[in-house]
Amino acid sequence: MLAMNYRGPYRVRTEQRPMPEIQHPEDAIIRVTRTCICGSDLHLYHGMVPDTRVGSTFGHEFTGIVEEVGPLVQNLKVGDQVLVPFNIACGRCNFCKQGLYGNCHEANTMSTAVGSIFGYSHTAGGFDGGQAEYVRVPYADVGPTVIPADMDPDDAVLLTDVVPTGYQAAEMAGIKKGDTVVVFGAGPIGIMAARCAWFFGPSRVIIIDQIDYRLEFAQNYAKCEAYNFKDYEDPVLFIKKITDWYGADVCIDAVGCEADGNPVQTFTGRNLMMQAGSATALQWAINSVKKGGIVSIVGVYGPPFNMIPIGNVLNKGITIRANQASVKRLLPKLIDHVQSGRLNPKELITHRVPLEEVSDAYRLFSSKLDNCIKTVLIPSTKA
Amino acid sequence: MDIVNEKYQHIPGWGMDADPENEPTYPMKNYTGDDHNRNEYERAEQQKATIELLSSKERPAISRVFGTTVPPSGCSGAIRRYAFKHSEDKMRHWIPLIIADRVQVWEGLLDDLRSGYIPNIAAERGWKVEWKYNQKGMIKKVATIAAVGLVICLFSRKKSR
Repeated sequence: MLAMNYRGPYRVRTEQRPMPEIQHPEDAIIRVTRTCICGSDLHLYHGMVPDTRVGSTFGHEFTGIVEEVGPLVQNLKVGDQVLVPFNIACGRCNFCKQGLYGNCHEANTMSTAVGSIFGYSHTAGGFDGGQAEYVRVPYADVGPTVIPADMDPDDAVLLTDVVPTGYQAAEMAGIKKGDTVVVFGAGPIGIMAARCAWFFGPSRVIIIDQIDYRLEFAQNYAKCEAYNFKDYEDPVLFIKKITDWYGADVCIDAVGCEADGNPVQTFTGRNLMMQAGSATALQWAINSVKKGGIVSIVGVYGPPFNMIPIGNVLNKGITIRANQASVKRLLPKLIDHVQSGRLNPKELITHRVPLEEVSDAYRLFSSKLDNCIKTVLIPSTKA
Repeated sequence: MDIVNEKYQHIPGWGMDADPENEPTYPMKNYTGDDHNRNEYERAEQQKATIELLSSKERPAISRVFGTTVPPSGCSGAIRRYAFKHSEDKMRHWIPLIIADRVQVWEGLLDDLRSGYIPNIAAERGWKVEWKYNQKGMIKKVATIAAVGLVICLFSRKKSR
């Protein structure tokens, strides 16, 4: 079968690989119909995540058709069209039972600091991902969800990560009616977080980025205010100014470890790798939020450490809330939002690329070329 | 929870101000109290380990399922084995993993050549699409690299004289 193959930072290709096999009685084999490149895949692509092994296949956003199931799988049958949450979860450990499906204790033996994610390095479990024609899906009775018959497949694939992560960013922010919400990062997750923030009744949603086409897209899609931080010498001061010198009620970091905007963070985090990436967005979030405010983090950082103004967190009484999205927990609500037309995730998709052209697709997304917002890879076996 | 209650009965006032509503992780977490039962939960069948598995020092046993892609091998594998001797708290765990990742890039190149495959680096890096949409940027990047290379070259020649 054809699969994406990581060869080193900024180098990927497709290659023929052996078909995945059932390795556990609760596994399923899925024939992939659609798979996205996530913004967090770029952290792998750029070599930022420790234990990203050459030869791995990325991809944690995918839909597909069930090809084979293990002997203990009860809820799925061959031929089912499913969307597969990016987290691998057993559904039985004490974390899963409490709805923390992104923090399952029985799917990642390589690390306790990270849950298990398809195709996201050995630090996240060492599973191959969905940027392939076929993929092994463990705990098939827990994660995979049958796609409702009337759902657009493009909407379905975005329900595997983008929509739940964006929604949970807003949910964790504890937004109250009338609040001012600032979202850092106008990538797909930031745009979705800004859109989902409105579900909680704020009076203002503001998105901050440095790429004009993305800000324009965010403004139209998420109906929010959009500002380019390059236009302002000091983005934190700017946010204070537009919030009556009070600070935002909540700030959402939807950027993670590859943020631009602070030369010290960029040099120590991205160039020298002396910290787990550049924490500029998080630093701005902490410094822009009001005293007693909430900072919600969904931007991805590596397991080592980052330089953030933790003293300000203490002195301002800030609550930090963060997690990988618990996709399974959120799916019923989000499927309803999509089916009722309140959310239109597929509008984020700007590029559809054959799996064979995965190298070009990564470069397109990584370099933000051709006004790219979201890229979907389509394997030739999808029919 | 009852076991916990009994255990601390001798401490006056134990738990009297506990507020189950004050759960900062809600609604992410539907607090059930099961955390106090720690590792007492029904487990799935154990996946058989058919490859060399590097497991976190912070786990008492391997997880019930695990990924089997790219087991450790070669020089990078040796570095990874060293890394996994240390807990996730230590830089002795993470830094060797990053080094191993970089070493494995060269191992990957050698593997390609050994199997008679010459990797098309330009295609793997997606330069075609970069050229299509960002000619100016690409020319600037190449010119910068060439200029830096030239300066280094001239500097090292001067030094060797």
